[in-house]
Amino acid sequence: MATKVVMEALSPTMEEGRLVKWLKNEGDAVKSGEPIAEVETDKAVMELVARADGVLRKRVLGEGTAAPVGQLVGVIAGKDENIDALLQGAGGGGAPAQAAPAQAAPAQQQQGGGAKPAEQVIARAQETAGASSVPRSADQAQGEASMPPQQKAAGAPPQSPGPGQPAGSGRGAAPAGNGGRARSSPLARRLASERGIDLGGMQGSGPGGRIVKRDIEAAATAAPAAARQAAPVRPRSDADFEDVPLTQIRKTIARRLSESIGPIPTFYLTAEFDLGRASELRDAMLEMGDEYKVSFNDIVLKATATALAQHPEVNAHWLGDKIRYFNRVHLGMAVATDDGLIVPVIFDADQKRMSEISAEAKALAKKARERKLKPEEYTGSTFSVSNLGMFGIDQFTAIINPPEAGILAIGAVEDKPVVVGDDLEVRKKMRVTMSCDHRVVDGAVGARFLQTLRRMLENPLMLVF
Amino acid sequence: MASFDVIFLGGGPAGYVGAIRAAQLGLNTAVVEREALGGTCVIWGCIPAKALLEAASLATRVAKGAEFGVTVGEVKLDYGVAMKRSRAVSTQNSKGVEFLFKKNKITWIRGTGTITGANAVTVKTQDGKEEKHDAKKGIVICTGSRVKGLPQVGLELNKTTVISSDEALVLEKAPKSIAIVGAGAVGCEFADVFNAFGSAVTLIDVAPAILPLEDQECSAELAKAFKKRKIDVVTGAKISNVKIGKNSVSMSLDAGGAKRDLTVDVVLVAAGRAPNVENVGLEKAGVKLTERGFVKINERMETSAKGIYAIGDVAGPPMLAHKGSREGVIVAEVIAGKHFHPLNYGNVPNATYCHPEVASIGLTEQQCKEKKLDYKVGKFPFSANGRARTSGETEGFVKIIRDAKYGEILGAHIIGAHATEMIHELAVARENEYTVEEVDLAIHAHPTLSEAVAEAALDSMGKLIHA
Repeated sequence: MATKVVMEALSPTMEEGRLVKWLKNEGDAVKSGEPIAEVETDKAVMELVARADGVLRKRVLGEGTAAPVGQLVGVIAGKDENIDALLQGAGGGGAPAQAAPAQAAPAQQQQGGGAKPAEQVIARAQETAGASSVPRSADQAQGEASMPPQQKAAGAPPQSPGPGQPAGSGRGAAPAGNGGRARSSPLARRLASERGIDLGGMQGSGPGGRIVKRDIEAAATAAPAAARQAAPVRPRSDADFEDVPLTQIRKTIARRLSESIGPIPTFYLTAEFDLGRASELRDAMLEMGDEYKVSFNDIVLKATATALAQHPEVNAHWLGDKIRYFNRVHLGMAVATDDGLIVPVIFDADQKRMSEISAEAKALAKKARERKLKPEEYTGSTFSVSNLGMFGIDQFTAIINPPEAGILAIGAVEDKPVVVGDDLEVRKKMRVTMSCDHRVVDGAVGARFLQTLRRMLENPLMLVF
Repeated sequence: MASFDVIFLGGGPAGYVGAIRAAQLGLNTAVVEREALGGTCVIWGCIPAKALLEAASLATRVAKGAEFGVTVGEVKLDYGVAMKRSRAVSTQNSKGVEFLFKKNKITWIRGTGTITGANAVTVKTQDGKEEKHDAKKGIVICTGSRVKGLPQVGLELNKTTVISSDEALVLEKAPKSIAIVGAGAVGCEFADVFNAFGSAVTLIDVAPAILPLEDQECSAELAKAFKKRKIDVVTGAKISNVKIGKNSVSMSLDAGGAKRDLTVDVVLVAAGRAPNVENVGLEKAGVKLTERGFVKINERMETSAKGIYAIGDVAGPPMLAHKGSREGVIVAEVIAGKHFHPLNYGNVPNATYCHPEVASIGLTEQQCKEKKLDYKVGKFPFSANGRARTSGETEGFVKIIRDAKYGEILGAHIIGAHATEMIHELAVARENEYTVEEVDLAIHAHPTLSEAVAEAALDSMGKLIHA
């Protein structure tokens, strides 16, 4: 019998999935439970498995294309079976899979507004297919119900043997709907609940996809590892910028964070830099004559531009459906005028020498205050810097200039007592706070950029390297 | 010359189980075996040894009959009869494997096999002829292991006064006195057997405890039980000055300064086994060995040579039949291109069939300490177990070591009657990652020895009921 392959809800929060890769060609024999495609969900890339034995007759969805949960992506049928009827519904996005025999959709999957047609297919498939990623939502229900041992011990005094005793194996959890068995071990559930790991989107390595201890341990170690690799160094190309389509995870982060904190989900990173050497540099240049005079702000601008060139993942714009990573650095510098704030731009700042930046910054600030800036002089920045140090502000947070992904807020350079070894020394310190658009820049990504910036400002010879 | 999908070199518990699984998965399978099918396990190990241990157990129980109101006449012990029965059981089992081969259409090539090419095996048959066979999908080395002597202390096997388990299994009578060198599972089992059949037994090990790989508390409990039965247990002992006479062997023992001389009729060397890696054509085939001389494999049982696999004793410790059998299943699945579950070597049960029996799985308490794990111990003695009292087998205990925070069963150790049967509840628990709580929640029938397992689980949570 012909069976539709639909985009399945491979994680509890998944609304659409992008078909990354077909693992079977049209005409290939497939077995129920066998992976046929890789699908990127909002959480991870997972395998979509066949729900019936037969031949993959049609690949409806192309690789790299996204489809909402429930939409037809392919057809499994007998070798010579007529599948025209099934394919008719394929055109429209999210076409209901009417051909699938309607069976009572599992109660737990009805939450969030009625059973989707796809779930009927899934429900039927569950009877035949052994391995399925769908019932994992049941695991999650169990996992969530399984409280950390301490909590449960506190909540159930008659049974609780006392703190430190194991309890809360998740047994109290309601049995998974539709008779599906929870595919995770008691130990895995306990470890997961303790570590706050969501079993929902996890691929188990035990029999029948059961989540076991090693999966939890792998997930726990993979998370920091993933963060470390999160910002691939983007190859520089001749183009001024590169548009990267949003990945599902990026989409989910964007949506969730915006809901939480206004249109731009901003977070802030503050660091205190030692400007001792920068100050020496400035003094040394000044000794050579007034024409070599540079301000701390000039040094900060030069360092920021150089650091941005090394961190295109921060030098980016949020464009709603994609992120634009720039291969050029156009540095906006916020200037306070009597009318308010304006941000003139030093174009290709990373390519310019300190003297050029200094001169340009001076000229732009002057023009700004005289209201003589032309539009092309205050548009097109890829990243911005705001400096209130001259007003004696120690530290502040700047508002991101959309669609930019970040802005640096520079505080005053101050003499501060610092413990060096066992001694107290007076050092020149400056606080920098970076506002980051979390849809583009994750915490670790921003932090790495600030690390680079610190290296440059604390060792200003790096700027001529 | 015949062509097969896969050829197993060896018909022991690793090879024959692997062959059956391979045949079930549709592979055209052959097994090269020069002796009877079943290998060391069936012919020279597990099966005949257990038959003898059963005889020993019966002898011990009969002696206690009067206590139960069952008085028998004069008890005569005849090792020769027990030995013949054990051989019959062994033969029966070997025939059973032969039957399974026929049923699964597995070809038994009688002879000694050598790898002579990437897919080629040459078999020297008993009449000295050479046959070439072709293995299209894989060759599996499962040549097992063999007994070895202790030449470094002067105990070279001579099969009369210095023997191995091979000879012990076919002795016509129990020797008057026997020294057993090596107090691992084999040594302890033979100490048990010969003690029951009236030999004066000295059990010697260089390690500070008998069953040195088991949890120290089990080792101590067994030593206590052995000493009660007048088995002379000498641990931490260095052997020197070995003199092998025609009908006796003498030696000097130095156990931590306590020196003594010992003269016995027979010495049984039970100090480990050597992997059979010679004359298999390994070097020529490019099969690499580990530092300890076993064939090096990965979790897919693949050796360093493409298309050549290794399983069982020859592929490394633990040298246990059930570990080899599981590797056999895995290698069949790998060669057939099926999904397989990697073997968790930390979850292979250990079993010693002396009386009381000792069985364990997972980590010992010593290992938990070495690993600096945060653990709790639960223990329940069989002396407090109703069923154990009814049978008068109250020696021993169940000990469960659990992770302090999550309740994971880190290790379980049972010493007592039927311990080797009871351990599997904990093997299932560990394989499925049940915690001590699930073990307790499973209802244990009353009265059974297994109740002690549930009680030990409870004890580890500080909730003991029957003590």
